[in-house]
Amino acid sequence: MILSDDEKRMLDGSCGPGVQKAMELQVALGKAFDAERMIDVSRAHVALSGQEGDTYWCELLVNGGAVCKVTPTTNPCWDVKMLTNHYGVSQAELDLALRTIDVYRRIGARLTFCCTPELAGNVPSFGEHVAFSESSATPYVNAVLGARSSRESSVSALAAAVTGKTPLYGLHFDENRRGTMVVDIDFWPDEPYDWGLLGWCIGEFAGTEVPVLRFRDRPCRPSPEALLYLGAELNTSGAVAMYHIVGVTPEAPTIETAFGAAPVPSSSQTVTRADLKAKEEALSEEGGKINLVMLGCPHYSHEQIRDLEVLMRGRKIHDNVAFWVLTSFEALELAERSGERRRLEDAGVRLVPDTCIDEPCWKSFEGGLGVTDSPKCMYYRERRGQPFVVRRLSECVEAAVKGEVS
Amino acid sequence: MKTMEKRYRCRCIVAGSGEGEAIVSTEAMCFYLCDPETGTVIEKGHPLQGRSIAGKILLLKSGKGSSVVQVDGLYQLSVKGTLPKAIIVADTEPVLVSSSVVVGEPMVDHMEVDPFEAIADGDWVRVDADEEEIVVRKSS
Repeated sequence: MILSDDEKRMLDGSCGPGVQKAMELQVALGKAFDAERMIDVSRAHVALSGQEGDTYWCELLVNGGAVCKVTPTTNPCWDVKMLTNHYGVSQAELDLALRTIDVYRRIGARLTFCCTPELAGNVPSFGEHVAFSESSATPYVNAVLGARSSRESSVSALAAAVTGKTPLYGLHFDENRRGTMVVDIDFWPDEPYDWGLLGWCIGEFAGTEVPVLRFRDRPCRPSPEALLYLGAELNTSGAVAMYHIVGVTPEAPTIETAFGAAPVPSSSQTVTRADLKAKEEALSEEGGKINLVMLGCPHYSHEQIRDLEVLMRGRKIHDNVAFWVLTSFEALELAERSGERRRLEDAGVRLVPDTCIDEPCWKSFEGGLGVTDSPKCMYYRERRGQPFVVRRLSECVEAAVKGEVS
Repeated sequence: MKTMEKRYRCRCIVAGSGEGEAIVSTEAMCFYLCDPETGTVIEKGHPLQGRSIAGKILLLKSGKGSSVVQVDGLYQLSVKGTLPKAIIVADTEPVLVSSSVVVGEPMVDHMEVDPFEAIADGDWVRVDADEEEIVVRKSS
């Protein structure tokens, strides 16, 4: 790799051992991808996890004198103030969360604790080179906003925030952003939930390809939440960091543009409404009595909180069910100001900011059955020992009221 | 007993060096599915299931699993002192690279010959990432 004088100084330790470690990681990545050089990034988002390995990496950098050159936003850990009072966590689990918050504060991160920075707070513009980790965020900034990000991990995104650079490869080049396969879809997904299932179906066969979605009819523009759910699942069942929707996303005004200089493939994959229904059944656990409804993976927007509030009017959740909506601090503040929070809490629904589904604070529900509108939530919670039924929002509300799901 | 020693060129991914007995994984690995106390692979159906990678030279097909679990997996091995001495990787992938840098695990790739032909379980191997050299001693 050809490094600038500035980058060489970072690598040889002249800027301190923390910066050196960050640059070592990026040079190693650059080699692995045959990058010729580094490029400056103007934004970063770090998908901190609150797992020990990730926190250790941040400590290694900050204890070696590193601070962020580009201020990154951060993913959620869990709201220690609100949730410690509700649920049993061990002292070690609480200490790790506090340590994580402290070390990211010390390295100079912007502690947004939100996994949807690209909707508010850290929104790249078209053509901007950025380093975004978080599986739902990377496809959104690439495909929907037209910014350029590699499929960064939390550790590589933090390294980019420290050095202000990222290795120049892959999606940073126009030619690698072009479509590589066509997906024909003969229906229009109704809700963000349906877009999520569509993403899961496509991700399974797309792998690391750049799929181009061609809808037979486009009655309206998909909402930001719909596109967020699509990307989240594309990048969970597959490793899709870039996609196109013909006539919707900025690099695909026409199908020909989406493929650039290459011809549009004559063959295509198809996804039907029946495939979505079959996928819902395949992903889901059997129904039964539930102890938890969990929404907000990725974090619910204020618009989604409003939709939920409308569905909950005049209803109350079952005594045996806890109902949590995970959201950003901004959406929570809006829900507070606009009145939805109070009305939802009167019905038994609680909103929490700064928190991820994949954290130890939820362990008291493990062993019981949960309901969620997010396949990604189901996938990660299963690892921690809680099975989930996956259903659309209106059915999640029905389940919460009845205390069971069919 | 006759000892054959051969030297091969390779490419440095993470600096450092190490030597020891070779253990060969013809499949990708997720280090989250190793017991940190012993370095034993616990992934069901993995070719190395039940065997320990601790203190060995690991010849690895590739990495698999999300960055969160791969980083944490290698980190837990490093805390318990059960990391391999060095990794020779056949198909390099970014999560494995990032995770190895985090724990300072020496790693090389681009061995000049097919590593799965040059190295077998039980061979003595020295990996010098800084010099971009692999030494293999076969006992026969």
